[in-house]
Amino acid sequence: MTEIQAGTGVAETAAPGSQQVPAIELDNVVKEYTSHGEVVRAVKGVSLSIAEGEFFSLLGPSGCGKTTSMRMIAGFEDPTQGVVRLHGQDVTSVPPNKRDVNMVFQSYALFPHMSVWENVAFGLKRKNVDAAEIKRRVGEILEVVDLTGREKRRPREMSGGQQQRVALARALVNRPRALLLDEPLGALDLKLRQAMQIELKRIQRDVGITFVYVTHDQGEALTMSDRIAVMNDGLVDQLADPREIYERPATKFVAGFIGTSNLLSGVVQEVTGSTAVLALGPSDRVVISTETPVAVGDSVELTVRPEKITIATEQPAGDRSVVRGTVSEVVYLGTSNNYAVVLADGAEITVFQQNAHDSTITAERGDTVWLSWQPQHSYVLR
Amino acid sequence: MRTLRARLTPYALVLPGGLWLAIFFVIPTLVMLSLSLQSGNVVDGFAFTWNWHSYVDGITTYHNQIVRSLLYGLSATIIQIVIGFPVAYWIAFKGGSRKSVYLFLVLLPFLVSFVLRTISWQFLLSDNGILLGPLKSLGVLPQDFHILATPYAVIGGLSYNFLPFMILPMYVALERIDPRLLEAAQDLYASKVQTFLRVVLPLSLPGVFAGVLMTFVPASSDYVNSSVLGGTNTTMIGNVIQNQFLVNQDYPVASALSFTLMALLLVGIFVYARALGTEDVLEVAAR
Ligand SMILES: Nc1ncnc2c1ncn2[C@@H]1O[C@H](COP(=O)(O)OP(=O)(O)OP(=O)(O)O)[C@@H](O)[C@H]1O
Ligand SMILES: [Mg+2]
Repeated sequence: MTEIQAGTGVAETAAPGSQQVPAIELDNVVKEYTSHGEVVRAVKGVSLSIAEGEFFSLLGPSGCGKTTSMRMIAGFEDPTQGVVRLHGQDVTSVPPNKRDVNMVFQSYALFPHMSVWENVAFGLKRKNVDAAEIKRRVGEILEVVDLTGREKRRPREMSGGQQQRVALARALVNRPRALLLDEPLGALDLKLRQAMQIELKRIQRDVGITFVYVTHDQGEALTMSDRIAVMNDGLVDQLADPREIYERPATKFVAGFIGTSNLLSGVVQEVTGSTAVLALGPSDRVVISTETPVAVGDSVELTVRPEKITIATEQPAGDRSVVRGTVSEVVYLGTSNNYAVVLADGAEITVFQQNAHDSTITAERGDTVWLSWQPQHSYVLR
Repeated sequence: MRTLRARLTPYALVLPGGLWLAIFFVIPTLVMLSLSLQSGNVVDGFAFTWNWHSYVDGITTYHNQIVRSLLYGLSATIIQIVIGFPVAYWIAFKGGSRKSVYLFLVLLPFLVSFVLRTISWQFLLSDNGILLGPLKSLGVLPQDFHILATPYAVIGGLSYNFLPFMILPMYVALERIDPRLLEAAQDLYASKVQTFLRVVLPLSLPGVFAGVLMTFVPASSDYVNSSVLGGTNTTMIGNVIQNQFLVNQDYPVASALSFTLMALLLVGIFVYARALGTEDVLEVAAR
């Protein structure tokens, strides 16, 4: 992994195995709703391409257009503009029952008047699969989701987690070429949620189907996905793998939305080849890459993850980025210490210090400290 | 103390309604049951004699009217399902923000008295009235054509008068269907027709069931429609009972006929519920 690619644009990020025809493509898709005479732009031009077999997440805060994007893939909404392609075919005006994708609804939407078995067999029956085959496939998929023996139950006689698995089985049994999941774990408690995350990932690996996963839970997206599209107000801010999203957030929004991040700003003092030096305070020196071109005098915003920062009571030597500040808070968390440090310009920086060697606290409240990190851990924000 | 109170609370809550039912339903019913087994006449008075001949006489004399009432009730019910279901469906799924306006329109005729509404039908359908008159003078219909005093007029009146009782429960059931279920069905390759047959229809059955109860029972025991819109060939059992009570004052036969009708309706409802699978119906309703 080369460090120079920080902040790559959205559309250029190629899907893994990009030689193949992508399973799902959104090409500059826009969706506008009219409600009470006012036009709401729910999706403002999203382009993405999802590879066959990929676990792809749409991540973003409430109202950013995740569900709308997914519903356009499923066919429940017609895009105002743009094209939806499934396996290279334009399906923009194909109704949902003719699309080879299945959806797992946030509220599961199980048919209350049907047993588990009837729910799961619903799609196969509509496709006129013969009875013996239906029986075999329903039995098989119920085994996969661990619901064998509960075929005769009604949805309302099952727990939330079980209903969730029925919903999953009902979609998977059709062997769709892609499965769309809209916050499928949203209604479950934390423990069940974590168990189901592992379960979902296992099932996805077993069946090898493309998963498109909508969530507003960054932890969930980071642990499960091959790639993530971080959405913000109807647009994709960054599309990359979880590591890249976390380590190199492309925008201020992504940096703020994913994990804890520190925001710094400074003016470019000198540019030498592939690096530039920023001036923050009198004894500060922050080195950035000039992959995003900068000139002397430019104002630049950058972000550093708290666990990349080393805290010291003496000014460190070498070519590390260094800033000076005052400790305003120390929190002992057992496995780590968290420091809040206020810089000369008032910016507050969070530092995580692992208690790997000893649990001595480096600095106390009010101490003057030097924070330092490797130059490649600074990410310039667009 | 608290547990005693907690245990008594449900009874306290049921008390007013329970008393109401006891006074105005159970007691009259028992009185009628006893009447149906009495013999005598208005002048000499009645005495309880286990005289079940009133039942035999009533049924043998009026079995035509009984069968006719059930047939008219059934026809009206079927017509109401056919007319009412699309209306209920349309309001529930396409009514948008104006649902309550449409429901109000469905209920609007109710603001006019039942008898008056029926009389307005008589006016509409009369032999040379505003409907038939012009058609006859245009030569579209023969001069001796008439609707009044035919079964069509009575069944039409019955269907019209009880229609809101059919539409409302069906609307409630349809309104409760989560639109995402329809999307889920579509997502699972169901066409519009299949979605309707496999999801909407089964989930609306409790409403249809309630609607049928609320219209079939009053329609088959009605007497207003047949006396205002019907003729001598359309007499329903309701007319007979009314006549026996108020004109002939043969209370035992009138009561016996009432009980016969009640028994027939109860059996009918029971068979109907069984056929539909009450358990399923109640299960969906209890959702
Ligand atoms: N049918 C609709 N009519 C009008 N506006 C709508 C409609 N559906 C969605 N919107 C608007 O579009 C925007 C995006 O909605 P969407 O449901 O896609 O958000 P989301 O990212 O899924 O949010 P959440 O995490 O809360 O589910 C919101 O501002 C929403 O109010
Ligand atoms: Mg949503």
